[in-house]
Amino acid sequence: MSARGGTQHDELRELQQRLILFKVSLLLVVGLLTLRLWYLQISEGGYYQDLSENNRTRAVVLEPVRGLIYDRNGVLLANNVPSFGLYVTLEDVKDRKALLESLVTLVGLDEATVRKKLSERGSKLLPRKVKDGLTLREAALIESHRLDLPGVTVLAESQRNYPGGLTAAHLLGYVGEVSSDQLERSEYAELHLGSIIGQYGVEKTYDRFLRGRAGQKTVEVDAMGHEKRTVEVGKPSAGDDLYLTIDARLQTLAEQLLGDEFGAIIAIETATGDVLAMASRPVFDPNMLSRELTPKQWDKIVQDEGHPLTNRATQGQYPPGSTFKIVVAAAGLETGVVSTTTRVRCTGGYPFGGRVYRDWKAQGHGVMDVVDAIVDSCDVFFYTIGQRLGIDTMAEFADRFGLGHETGVELPSERTGIVPSTAWKTKARNEIWMPGETISAAIGQGYTTVTPMQMTMVMATVAGSGESFRPRIVRAIKERATGQVLDLPSVPRPKLALKPETYELLHESLAGVVSRGTAGRARSTLVQIAGKTGTAQTAALKDDRKKDKDIPKKLRDHAWFVSYAPADEPKIAVVVLVENMGHGGSWAAPLAKQVIEAYIKLKPAEPVTADAAVERESPPMAVAMRDAHD
Amino acid sequence: MIDRVLDSRSLTLDHFDWRFLGLIAAILSLGVLSIYSVTSTLPGGGTPVYMKQLAWIAIGCAAFVAMLAVDYHKISRLAYILYALLLVLLVVVLVAGKTSRGAQRWIPIGPFVFQPSEFAKLVLVLTLATYYTKSPRQGWMQRVVLPGLIMLPGLLLILKQPDLGSGLSYLSIYVSMLLVVGMRSKAMGTLMLFAVMLFPFAWEIVWGSLHDYQRERIMTFVDPAYDTGGKGYHGLQSRIAIGSGELLGKGLYGGTQSQLKFLPESHTDFVFAVFAEEWGFLGVLVLLGLFAGLIWLSLEIALKAKDMLGALLAAGLIAMLAFCLVINVGMTAGLFPIVGIPLPLMSYGGSSTVATMAALGLLLNIKRRRLTLFY
Repeated sequence: MSARGGTQHDELRELQQRLILFKVSLLLVVGLLTLRLWYLQISEGGYYQDLSENNRTRAVVLEPVRGLIYDRNGVLLANNVPSFGLYVTLEDVKDRKALLESLVTLVGLDEATVRKKLSERGSKLLPRKVKDGLTLREAALIESHRLDLPGVTVLAESQRNYPGGLTAAHLLGYVGEVSSDQLERSEYAELHLGSIIGQYGVEKTYDRFLRGRAGQKTVEVDAMGHEKRTVEVGKPSAGDDLYLTIDARLQTLAEQLLGDEFGAIIAIETATGDVLAMASRPVFDPNMLSRELTPKQWDKIVQDEGHPLTNRATQGQYPPGSTFKIVVAAAGLETGVVSTTTRVRCTGGYPFGGRVYRDWKAQGHGVMDVVDAIVDSCDVFFYTIGQRLGIDTMAEFADRFGLGHETGVELPSERTGIVPSTAWKTKARNEIWMPGETISAAIGQGYTTVTPMQMTMVMATVAGSGESFRPRIVRAIKERATGQVLDLPSVPRPKLALKPETYELLHESLAGVVSRGTAGRARSTLVQIAGKTGTAQTAALKDDRKKDKDIPKKLRDHAWFVSYAPADEPKIAVVVLVENMGHGGSWAAPLAKQVIEAYIKLKPAEPVTADAAVERESPPMAVAMRDAHD
Repeated sequence: MIDRVLDSRSLTLDHFDWRFLGLIAAILSLGVLSIYSVTSTLPGGGTPVYMKQLAWIAIGCAAFVAMLAVDYHKISRLAYILYALLLVLLVVVLVAGKTSRGAQRWIPIGPFVFQPSEFAKLVLVLTLATYYTKSPRQGWMQRVVLPGLIMLPGLLLILKQPDLGSGLSYLSIYVSMLLVVGMRSKAMGTLMLFAVMLFPFAWEIVWGSLHDYQRERIMTFVDPAYDTGGKGYHGLQSRIAIGSGELLGKGLYGGTQSQLKFLPESHTDFVFAVFAEEWGFLGVLVLLGLFAGLIWLSLEIALKAKDMLGALLAAGLIAMLAFCLVINVGMTAGLFPIVGIPLPLMSYGGSSTVATMAALGLLLNIKRRRLTLFY
């Protein structure tokens, strides 16, 4: 070995000694990595296991099938039909513009609406609904173009359907997606965005029975959110079915009677409070409202001058007009202001405070007792006793008859109307009550407003001589889970304890109204009807008595007829209000007569019990939808 | 003695060789298995990824044999030429390379892509070993500055791509060989002083040359809460994959993190996480054992090398392998920032596999020729 080789050899040995350090550090580093992996996999393993489970699984909500709604005889009023929803998953869409174009040509989507939906915030991974209610043809068309439309899916869904179309729309209501505001309320706590709930009518008030409980499917998804396989399924449970008190035949008749006029007709069974019919016109289309509306469609409904979304039966507030005379007469008789011997001479006007309050009959009614005053609807008689009673006593009795209060009908947003009094005027208007206002109030004009539902309860109370039941809309609930039928009881209202003579006198007078008074057009050969006409003035008391046809329709008076029948043994109370139709006796009374006669004719056919109705339930669609989830 | 010499000449394999080759084969198999597991569920036609990897391994075997067959002294003579060629290739990458995810690292050759930076490490080891063997190793100018200057163009070209991972391993080779050659404490001190003084400028240059995603990766490493939904995602998913493997793992195809693609780059840079998820801590112990064994044997080679060139070459190659192993496992396990370094012999990738196998061939070359001088 050369000298150089020797040096090199020493240096090599020196170098190789340093390499020993490499060995030590190798062991150290591998040890360190092992420790780290032990920490991740053993000591924190469970934690990361959970994270990985969360990563890979998603909970997919399985929407429940909504309960069905039947009338009292088992006629199907609301069910569910299969529907096709069009969904777009943005993540999979390559060319948004091209997609829009093909969707517009294929299924005629509104381009602006779809574009808006696609640009809404939200996960790109989750399918978002672009349109629902595709026809079978449209769904098939989309399916056949599947390959050209990446990211587009058509899903079969359950769509609320009202087989009767517009029938009982205000009563049944409609359904829609829960709003974010609604979600914050405790009653909707178990729901999630996209859940369908009742938004109006019985659909809303009985939503917790109808909606059922959502199920949950656990699916394995990849990092892109695509479903790979189902891990676990918790089945949804369908909602309970409702049996309403409505008789579809009477309901349809009431709606036909109103026709194109605006107004409301209510019929209730006095012995139970069962609402047999509740019609309100104009009407909305519950099938349309239960689908997704474009903003334009929605605006059109909301801005409609006829306010179709108002249920005039429970939310329409009108001056009661002469129908209020029932309350005033009762107040007079109870307080002793009026007796059977009280006589008032009517000359066609009542001078007070420097002006003359006119009677509807310019030439006057002559000498009137209380029965005749009701029968002929003499205004001067009631001006006189109203003046003697004073506004606060009238208000007290109106209050006892339930005016100014909700009737408790199970429909959303019932209105209370106004029962004016001196205290009310100070509070509501911060003004002093004017004596002349008492005179208008005595014939149901001025500040006083009532809903047709309230007047129905007034008539039911009179018919029952003080006994009445809270208006009832749902008579039974069929529990989906157990198949049990839960009959809901009639709830008695507090008895209105007036003297029997007062009721007798009212019964006699109201029968007289039909048999020999202002409601001659309600006279029936089938049944004796008792009732009271009313004409609710839309403007302040008018001095000129023009013929109705000379007044623009919008300014014409509302026609009332409140009634019950049979007069001697009341079974049904019927209230009719027709807006802008003028005199109640002419326009409203005949409608009530037809409803009552129809009821009397129906009567022999005993209502089918809820149990028996189940047998008759066989809408094939509804059954098919059920089977899918049961 | 005589027997062993004869053995080496006749190319028969001794016990050591078998162990060395066995470890390589075992690691390669586990790599292919993991790649197979994670890519077999991928939709789409074409050659399966694991088949491609097997093809690369075949080419790697050829490189292994080539590097084994020719005496490493002869290879050493080509060092500077190879280095020059490398610089040319790195320039070609920058000019005509294929860009992918913001980086320009690949040269397309027919249906394949070639990543010169993977070979840069091997060539650098060869170049520096040759330099240190031939040049006087006195004074810090010759020890530190000159080799540093030799190394620098390659480093800058790699960082320019940008390829932070390869740049770091490239730099680590220089530093490791410097340490092996042995720096006097005085020289070390001076270097440290310079490094500290230059650090702000170097930081500015390095930080400034980084891409946004690289800066964010570093930021999320320094502060994991920096952006949990965004850039910290990879690291977190990787930790979840490893951690959820627990003791026994989820089994072949059972790795939900990788199978369902929560784990990014699962068959390349993050193949270790795939393996750890499917085979658990026990599997990881085996794998790390195999790697430790391979490096241990390589260290044996370095320790018993007959000359400076052999020892230096071996040390550089070991540094190259060990650095990649530690940084890769460390980054998948959340110990280091994610810098994009493949796991040698495991990650899918032609250039990396071939370069690593060539390096291992060279290591065995050094071992097999350590006794010839005594003849």
